[in-house]
Amino acid sequence: MSPTIPGTTPFDGGMAQKGYALNKMCFSFNHKENRDAFVADPEAYMRRYGLNPQQAEAIRSKQVLALLDAGGNAYYLAKFAGIFGLDMQDIGAQQTGMTKDEFKAKLVAANDQC
Amino acid sequence: MAQLIGGLATSHIPAIGGAIHKGKQNEPYWKPFFDGFPPIHQWLDQVQPDVVVVFYNDHGLNFFLDKMPTFAVGAAAQYSNADEGWGIPTLPPMQGCPELSWHLIRELIAKEFDIVTCQEMLVDHACTLPFKLFWPQHEVAPVQIVPISINTVQFPLPTARRVYKLGKAVGEAIKSWDSDKRVAVMATGGLSHQLEGERAGFINKKFDLQFLDSMETNPEWATQFSDLELVEKAGTQGVELLMWLAMRAALTAASSGVRKVHSNYHIPISNTATGVLALETV
Repeated sequence: MSPTIPGTTPFDGGMAQKGYALNKMCFSFNHKENRDAFVADPEAYMRRYGLNPQQAEAIRSKQVLALLDAGGNAYYLAKFAGIFGLDMQDIGAQQTGMTKDEFKAKLVAANDQC
Repeated sequence: MAQLIGGLATSHIPAIGGAIHKGKQNEPYWKPFFDGFPPIHQWLDQVQPDVVVVFYNDHGLNFFLDKMPTFAVGAAAQYSNADEGWGIPTLPPMQGCPELSWHLIRELIAKEFDIVTCQEMLVDHACTLPFKLFWPQHEVAPVQIVPISINTVQFPLPTARRVYKLGKAVGEAIKSWDSDKRVAVMATGGLSHQLEGERAGFINKKFDLQFLDSMETNPEWATQFSDLELVEKAGTQGVELLMWLAMRAALTAASSGVRKVHSNYHIPISNTATGVLALETV
Protein backbone atom coordinates (compact mmCIF):
# COMPACT_ATOMS: atom_id res chain seq x y z
CA MET A 1 0.00 0.00 0.00
CA SER A 2 1.49 3.33 -1.05
CA PRO A 3 1.44 6.10 1.52
CA THR A 4 -0.53 9.29 0.90
CA ILE A 5 1.84 12.12 1.63
CA PRO A 6 0.34 15.46 2.68
CA GLY A 7 1.26 18.47 0.56
CA THR A 8 2.94 16.24 -2.01
CA THR A 9 1.94 15.08 -5.49
CA PRO A 10 4.45 12.58 -6.84
CA PHE A 11 5.25 13.34 -10.47
CA ASP A 12 3.95 10.12 -12.03
CA GLY A 13 2.86 9.18 -15.54
CA GLY A 14 -0.42 11.06 -15.22
CA MET A 15 1.34 14.26 -14.20
CA ALA A 16 4.03 13.75 -16.84
CA GLN A 17 1.33 13.64 -19.53
CA LYS A 18 -0.67 16.51 -18.08
CA GLY A 19 2.34 18.79 -17.70
CA TYR A 20 4.24 17.88 -20.85
CA ALA A 21 3.90 21.22 -22.70
CA LEU A 22 4.59 23.28 -19.59
CA ASN A 23 7.65 21.23 -18.68
CA LYS A 24 8.91 21.27 -22.25
CA MET A 25 8.77 25.06 -22.25
CA CYS A 26 10.63 25.20 -18.92
CA PHE A 27 13.24 22.72 -20.22
CA SER A 28 13.89 25.15 -23.09
CA PHE A 29 14.98 27.76 -20.52
CA ASN A 30 18.32 25.99 -20.24
CA HIS A 31 19.29 28.23 -23.15
CA LYS A 32 19.71 31.95 -22.62
CA GLU A 33 18.27 32.88 -26.01
CA ASN A 34 15.06 31.07 -25.02
CA ARG A 35 14.90 32.80 -21.65
CA ASP A 36 15.33 36.11 -23.43
CA ALA A 37 12.64 35.25 -25.98
CA PHE A 38 10.22 34.35 -23.17
CA VAL A 39 10.89 37.58 -21.30
CA ALA A 40 10.47 39.60 -24.50
CA ASP A 41 7.03 38.11 -25.24
CA PRO A 42 5.72 35.55 -22.73
CA GLU A 43 2.36 35.07 -24.46
CA ALA A 44 3.91 34.31 -27.85
CA TYR A 45 6.43 32.00 -26.23
CA MET A 46 3.71 30.07 -24.38
CA ARG A 47 1.70 29.71 -27.61
CA ARG A 48 4.75 28.28 -29.32
CA TYR A 49 4.87 25.49 -26.74
CA GLY A 50 1.10 24.92 -26.77
CA LEU A 51 0.41 25.58 -23.09
CA ASN A 52 -3.22 25.02 -22.13
CA PRO A 53 -5.17 27.85 -20.42
CA GLN A 54 -4.50 26.50 -16.91
CA GLN A 55 -0.77 26.28 -17.59
CA ALA A 56 -0.63 29.74 -19.17
CA GLU A 57 -2.49 31.25 -16.22
CA ALA A 58 -0.16 29.52 -13.79
CA ILE A 59 2.86 30.93 -15.63
CA ARG A 60 1.36 34.42 -15.54
CA SER A 61 0.72 34.09 -11.80
CA LYS A 62 4.26 32.80 -11.05
CA GLN A 63 2.63 30.78 -8.25
CA VAL A 64 4.47 27.49 -7.78
CA LEU A 65 1.50 25.62 -6.34
CA ALA A 66 -0.57 26.58 -9.40
CA LEU A 67 2.29 25.51 -11.68
CA LEU A 68 2.53 22.15 -9.91
CA ASP A 69 -1.24 21.71 -10.19
CA ALA A 70 -0.96 22.35 -13.93
CA GLY A 71 1.47 19.43 -14.21
CA GLY A 72 4.75 21.24 -13.65
CA ASN A 73 7.72 19.27 -12.38
CA ALA A 74 9.99 20.82 -9.76
CA TYR A 75 13.19 20.19 -11.74
CA TYR A 76 11.93 22.04 -14.82
CA LEU A 77 9.99 24.72 -12.92
CA ALA A 78 13.26 25.65 -11.21
CA LYS A 79 14.49 26.94 -14.58
CA PHE A 80 11.40 29.15 -14.88
CA ALA A 81 11.99 30.46 -11.35
CA GLY A 82 15.60 31.17 -12.29
CA ILE A 83 14.46 33.73 -14.88
CA PHE A 84 13.14 35.84 -12.00
CA GLY A 85 16.14 35.24 -9.76
CA LEU A 86 14.07 33.29 -7.23
CA ASP A 87 16.00 30.83 -5.09
CA MET A 88 14.70 27.69 -3.41
CA GLN A 89 13.89 29.52 -0.19
CA ASP A 90 11.82 32.13 -2.05
CA ILE A 91 9.92 29.27 -3.62
CA GLY A 92 9.59 27.38 -0.35
CA ALA A 93 8.26 30.49 1.41
CA GLN A 94 5.77 31.14 -1.38
CA GLN A 95 4.40 27.59 -1.30
CA THR A 96 4.08 27.39 2.47
CA GLY A 97 2.62 30.89 2.95
CA MET A 98 5.57 32.03 5.06
CA THR A 99 7.94 34.93 4.76
CA LYS A 100 11.40 33.95 3.56
CA ASP A 101 12.80 34.51 7.05
CA GLU A 102 10.11 32.31 8.58
CA PHE A 103 10.84 29.58 6.05
CA LYS A 104 14.57 29.76 6.75
CA ALA A 105 13.86 29.56 10.49
CA LYS A 106 11.75 26.45 9.89
CA LEU A 107 14.70 24.81 8.11
CA VAL A 108 17.11 25.65 10.93
CA ALA A 109 14.58 24.35 13.47
CA ALA A 110 14.92 20.88 11.90
CA ASN A 111 18.14 20.63 13.94
CA ASP A 112 15.99 20.19 17.05
CA GLN A 113 14.10 17.17 15.71
CA CYS A 114 16.18 14.69 17.65
CA MET B 1 42.70 -6.19 -12.13
CA ALA B 2 41.46 -2.75 -11.19
CA GLN B 3 41.29 -1.84 -7.54
CA LEU B 4 38.08 -0.51 -5.98
CA ILE B 5 39.48 1.68 -3.23
CA GLY B 6 36.38 3.24 -1.68
CA GLY B 7 33.34 5.43 -1.95
CA LEU B 8 32.49 9.10 -1.64
CA ALA B 9 29.14 10.80 -1.17
CA THR B 10 27.98 14.38 -0.88
CA SER B 11 24.95 16.57 -1.31
CA HIS B 12 25.02 18.54 -4.55
CA ILE B 13 22.91 21.66 -3.95
CA PRO B 14 23.32 24.19 -6.81
CA ALA B 15 23.91 27.05 -4.36
CA ILE B 16 27.21 25.34 -3.39
CA GLY B 17 28.46 26.26 -6.87
CA GLY B 18 27.74 29.91 -6.19
CA ALA B 19 29.39 29.74 -2.76
CA ILE B 20 32.59 28.23 -4.22
CA HIS B 21 32.59 30.75 -7.06
CA LYS B 22 32.29 33.65 -4.61
CA GLY B 23 34.74 32.17 -2.08
CA LYS B 24 32.20 31.96 0.76
CA GLN B 25 33.52 28.70 2.26
CA ASN B 26 34.44 30.31 5.57
CA GLU B 27 31.32 32.38 6.05
CA PRO B 28 29.22 31.24 9.05
CA TYR B 29 26.39 29.93 6.86
CA TRP B 30 28.68 27.76 4.72
CA LYS B 31 31.52 26.77 7.07
CA PRO B 32 29.73 23.88 8.84
CA PHE B 33 29.18 22.28 5.44
CA PHE B 34 32.65 22.88 3.95
CA ASP B 35 34.27 21.77 7.23
CA GLY B 36 33.11 18.25 6.39
CA PHE B 37 35.69 17.92 3.63
CA PRO B 38 39.33 18.42 4.79
CA PRO B 39 39.76 14.93 6.35
CA ILE B 40 38.46 13.48 3.07
CA HIS B 41 40.89 15.63 1.07
CA GLN B 42 43.74 14.14 3.09
CA TRP B 43 42.51 10.62 2.42
CA LEU B 44 42.14 11.32 -1.31
CA ASP B 45 45.72 12.64 -1.36
CA GLN B 46 46.84 9.27 0.00
CA VAL B 47 44.72 6.92 -2.08
CA GLN B 48 44.76 8.88 -5.36
CA PRO B 49 41.97 7.35 -7.43
CA ASP B 50 42.46 7.43 -11.20
CA VAL B 51 38.84 6.91 -12.19
CA VAL B 52 35.58 7.75 -10.39
CA VAL B 53 32.24 6.14 -11.25
CA VAL B 54 29.59 8.73 -10.31
CA PHE B 55 25.99 7.87 -9.47
CA TYR B 56 23.96 11.05 -9.89
CA ASN B 57 20.55 12.27 -11.01
CA ASP B 58 20.05 14.59 -13.95
CA HIS B 59 17.99 17.71 -13.15
CA GLY B 60 16.71 18.40 -16.64
CA LEU B 61 19.95 19.32 -18.37
CA ASN B 62 20.60 16.21 -20.46
CA PHE B 63 17.33 14.31 -20.18
CA PHE B 64 13.76 15.49 -20.71
CA LEU B 65 10.43 13.67 -20.38
CA ASP B 66 10.50 12.81 -24.10
CA LYS B 67 13.06 10.08 -23.34
CA MET B 68 13.59 9.37 -19.66
CA PRO B 69 15.98 6.52 -18.91
CA THR B 70 15.79 4.82 -15.55
CA PHE B 71 19.53 4.03 -15.69
CA ALA B 72 21.90 5.71 -18.16
CA VAL B 73 25.62 4.99 -18.39
CA GLY B 74 28.00 7.56 -19.87
CA ALA B 75 30.35 6.32 -22.58
CA ALA B 76 31.99 9.56 -23.65
CA ALA B 77 35.63 10.61 -23.82
CA GLN B 78 34.65 13.97 -22.34
CA TYR B 79 31.64 15.28 -20.40
CA SER B 80 30.57 18.90 -20.62
CA ASN B 81 28.59 20.97 -18.18
CA ALA B 82 26.24 23.62 -19.59
CA ASP B 83 23.89 26.44 -18.66
CA GLU B 84 21.18 25.01 -16.40
CA GLY B 85 19.07 28.14 -16.48
CA TRP B 86 19.65 29.58 -13.03
CA GLY B 87 22.90 31.40 -13.38
CA ILE B 88 25.27 29.06 -11.54
CA PRO B 89 28.72 29.09 -13.15
CA THR B 90 29.32 26.51 -15.87
CA LEU B 91 32.27 24.29 -14.95
CA PRO B 92 34.94 23.09 -17.38
CA PRO B 93 34.55 19.66 -19.05
CA MET B 94 35.72 16.47 -17.33
CA GLN B 95 37.60 13.60 -18.91
CA GLY B 96 35.76 10.34 -19.40
CA CYS B 97 37.10 6.79 -19.34
CA PRO B 98 35.50 5.05 -22.33
CA GLU B 99 37.42 1.84 -21.60
CA LEU B 100 35.76 1.44 -18.20
CA SER B 101 32.42 2.70 -19.56
CA TRP B 102 32.25 -0.05 -22.16
CA HIS B 103 33.46 -2.68 -19.71
CA LEU B 104 30.66 -1.63 -17.33
CA ILE B 105 28.12 -1.62 -20.16
CA ARG B 106 29.08 -5.17 -21.23
CA GLU B 107 29.02 -6.48 -17.67
CA LEU B 108 25.76 -4.76 -16.70
CA ILE B 109 23.90 -5.97 -19.77
CA ALA B 110 25.25 -9.50 -19.21
CA LYS B 111 23.68 -9.25 -15.74
CA GLU B 112 20.33 -8.22 -17.26
CA PHE B 113 20.44 -4.48 -16.55
CA ASP B 114 18.89 -2.94 -19.67
CA ILE B 115 20.70 0.36 -19.44
CA VAL B 116 20.79 3.29 -21.85
CA THR B 117 24.27 4.11 -23.14
CA CYS B 118 25.28 7.71 -23.86
CA GLN B 119 28.23 8.71 -26.05
CA GLU B 120 27.12 12.29 -25.60
CA MET B 121 25.94 13.36 -22.18
CA LEU B 122 25.78 16.82 -20.65
CA VAL B 123 26.45 16.58 -16.92
CA ASP B 124 24.78 19.00 -14.54
CA HIS B 125 25.74 20.37 -11.11
CA ALA B 126 24.91 17.01 -9.54
CA CYS B 127 27.86 15.45 -11.36
CA THR B 128 30.26 18.39 -11.53
CA LEU B 129 29.99 20.15 -8.14
CA PRO B 130 31.12 17.19 -6.01
CA PHE B 131 34.48 17.22 -7.81
CA LYS B 132 34.95 20.86 -6.80
CA LEU B 133 34.18 19.83 -3.22
CA PHE B 134 36.45 16.78 -3.10
CA TRP B 135 39.32 18.30 -5.16
CA PRO B 136 39.02 22.03 -4.36
CA GLN B 137 42.63 22.84 -5.31
CA HIS B 138 42.10 21.73 -8.89
CA GLU B 139 40.37 23.64 -11.66
CA VAL B 140 39.42 20.19 -12.98
CA ALA B 141 39.73 17.17 -10.67
CA PRO B 142 42.69 14.95 -11.67
CA VAL B 143 40.52 11.91 -12.39
CA GLN B 144 38.58 10.37 -15.24
CA ILE B 145 34.88 9.81 -14.70
CA VAL B 146 32.10 7.44 -15.72
CA PRO B 147 28.73 9.04 -14.91
CA ILE B 148 25.71 6.82 -14.23
CA SER B 149 22.42 8.70 -14.13
CA ILE B 150 19.51 7.31 -12.11
CA ASN B 151 16.03 8.75 -12.72
CA THR B 152 14.57 10.72 -9.81
CA VAL B 153 12.40 13.01 -11.96
CA GLN B 154 9.49 10.80 -12.97
CA PHE B 155 7.76 8.13 -10.89
CA PRO B 156 7.90 5.22 -10.66
CA LEU B 157 11.57 5.43 -9.74
CA PRO B 158 13.69 2.30 -9.81
CA THR B 159 13.17 0.48 -6.53
CA ALA B 160 15.80 0.88 -3.85
CA ARG B 161 16.41 -2.86 -4.09
CA ARG B 162 17.03 -2.60 -7.84
CA VAL B 163 19.38 0.35 -7.36
CA TYR B 164 21.28 -1.67 -4.77
CA LYS B 165 21.64 -4.54 -7.23
CA LEU B 166 22.83 -2.13 -9.92
CA GLY B 167 25.43 -0.71 -7.58
CA LYS B 168 26.63 -4.17 -6.63
CA ALA B 169 26.92 -5.14 -10.30
CA VAL B 170 28.92 -1.96 -10.97
CA GLY B 171 31.27 -2.85 -8.13
CA GLU B 172 31.73 -6.37 -9.46
CA ALA B 173 32.40 -5.00 -12.94
CA ILE B 174 35.04 -2.61 -11.60
CA LYS B 175 36.71 -5.54 -9.82
CA SER B 176 36.78 -7.55 -13.06
CA TRP B 177 38.19 -4.71 -15.21
CA ASP B 178 41.54 -5.73 -16.62
CA SER B 179 43.41 -2.58 -15.67
CA ASP B 180 45.87 -1.35 -13.08
CA LYS B 181 43.71 1.69 -12.39
CA ARG B 182 42.51 2.69 -8.94
CA VAL B 183 38.78 3.27 -8.99
CA ALA B 184 36.44 5.01 -6.54
CA VAL B 185 32.65 5.18 -6.62
CA MET B 186 30.78 8.37 -5.79
CA ALA B 187 27.20 9.23 -4.92
CA THR B 188 25.76 12.70 -5.14
CA GLY B 189 22.49 14.04 -3.74
CA GLY B 190 20.37 13.96 -0.62
CA LEU B 191 19.89 13.84 2.21
CA SER B 192 16.30 14.66 3.20
CA HIS B 193 14.75 17.62 1.40
CA GLN B 194 11.65 18.62 -0.48
CA LEU B 195 11.45 21.61 -2.80
CA GLU B 196 7.84 21.53 -3.95
CA GLY B 197 4.31 21.56 -2.61
CA GLU B 198 2.88 22.65 0.70
CA ARG B 199 5.35 20.23 2.27
CA ALA B 200 8.36 22.23 0.93
CA GLY B 201 11.11 22.50 3.51
CA PHE B 202 10.50 19.00 4.86
CA ILE B 203 13.58 17.59 6.60
CA ASN B 204 13.79 14.33 8.57
CA LYS B 205 16.88 14.34 10.75
CA LYS B 206 16.16 11.05 12.49
CA PHE B 207 15.79 9.21 9.20
CA ASP B 208 18.92 10.82 7.76
CA LEU B 209 21.03 9.83 10.75
CA GLN B 210 19.70 6.29 10.59
CA PHE B 211 20.47 6.18 6.87
CA LEU B 212 24.01 7.51 7.40
CA ASP B 213 24.56 4.89 10.06
CA SER B 214 23.31 2.14 7.74
CA MET B 215 25.95 3.11 5.19
CA GLU B 216 28.60 1.81 7.56
CA THR B 217 27.05 -1.22 9.14
CA ASN B 218 23.87 -2.30 7.39
CA PRO B 219 24.08 -1.25 3.73
CA GLU B 220 20.86 -2.97 2.63
CA TRP B 221 18.73 -1.22 5.29
CA ALA B 222 17.10 1.31 2.94
CA THR B 223 16.23 -1.31 0.32
CA GLN B 224 13.12 -2.15 2.36
CA PHE B 225 11.41 1.09 1.24
CA SER B 226 9.34 1.73 -1.91
CA ASP B 227 9.86 4.92 -3.90
CA LEU B 228 6.86 6.61 -2.27
CA GLU B 229 7.91 5.45 1.18
CA LEU B 230 11.24 7.14 0.53
CA VAL B 231 9.39 10.33 -0.45
CA GLU B 232 7.41 10.09 2.78
CA LYS B 233 10.55 9.65 4.88
CA ALA B 234 13.11 11.77 3.01
CA GLY B 235 11.09 14.17 0.83
CA THR B 236 10.56 14.37 -2.92
CA GLN B 237 14.22 15.20 -3.57
CA GLY B 238 15.50 13.19 -0.61
CA VAL B 239 14.97 10.17 -2.87
CA GLU B 240 18.41 11.09 -4.20
CA LEU B 241 19.70 8.88 -1.41
CA LEU B 242 19.26 6.12 -3.99
CA MET B 243 22.64 7.28 -5.33
CA TRP B 244 24.22 6.64 -1.94
CA LEU B 245 22.70 3.18 -1.91
CA ALA B 246 24.22 2.36 -5.30
CA MET B 247 27.64 3.64 -4.19
CA ARG B 248 27.55 1.61 -0.99
CA ALA B 249 26.36 -1.52 -2.79
CA ALA B 250 29.31 -1.24 -5.19
CA LEU B 251 31.69 -1.41 -2.23
CA THR B 252 30.21 -4.75 -1.12
CA ALA B 253 31.79 -6.25 -4.23
CA ALA B 254 35.23 -5.29 -2.95
CA SER B 255 35.08 -5.95 0.77
CA SER B 256 32.73 -7.37 3.38
CA GLY B 257 33.02 -4.25 5.51
CA VAL B 258 34.20 -0.68 5.18
CA ARG B 259 36.19 1.78 7.23
CA LYS B 260 34.59 5.18 7.63
CA VAL B 261 37.13 7.81 6.70
CA HIS B 262 34.90 10.72 7.67
CA SER B 263 31.31 11.89 7.63
CA ASN B 264 29.46 15.14 8.19
CA TYR B 265 25.80 16.06 8.57
CA HIS B 266 24.55 19.64 8.58
CA ILE B 267 21.12 21.29 8.42
CA PRO B 268 20.45 23.35 6.35
CA ILE B 269 22.13 24.42 3.15
CA SER B 270 19.45 25.95 0.95
CA ASN B 271 16.42 23.70 1.71
CA THR B 272 18.48 20.59 2.29
CA ALA B 273 19.84 18.46 5.09
CA THR B 274 23.37 17.88 3.83
CA GLY B 275 25.45 14.75 4.16
CA VAL B 276 29.07 14.01 3.31
CA LEU B 277 30.74 10.62 3.58
CA ALA B 278 33.91 8.78 2.61
CA LEU B 279 34.28 5.03 3.04
CA GLU B 280 37.39 2.95 2.42
CA THR B 281 37.27 -0.68 1.40
CA VAL B 282 39.13 -2.93 3.83
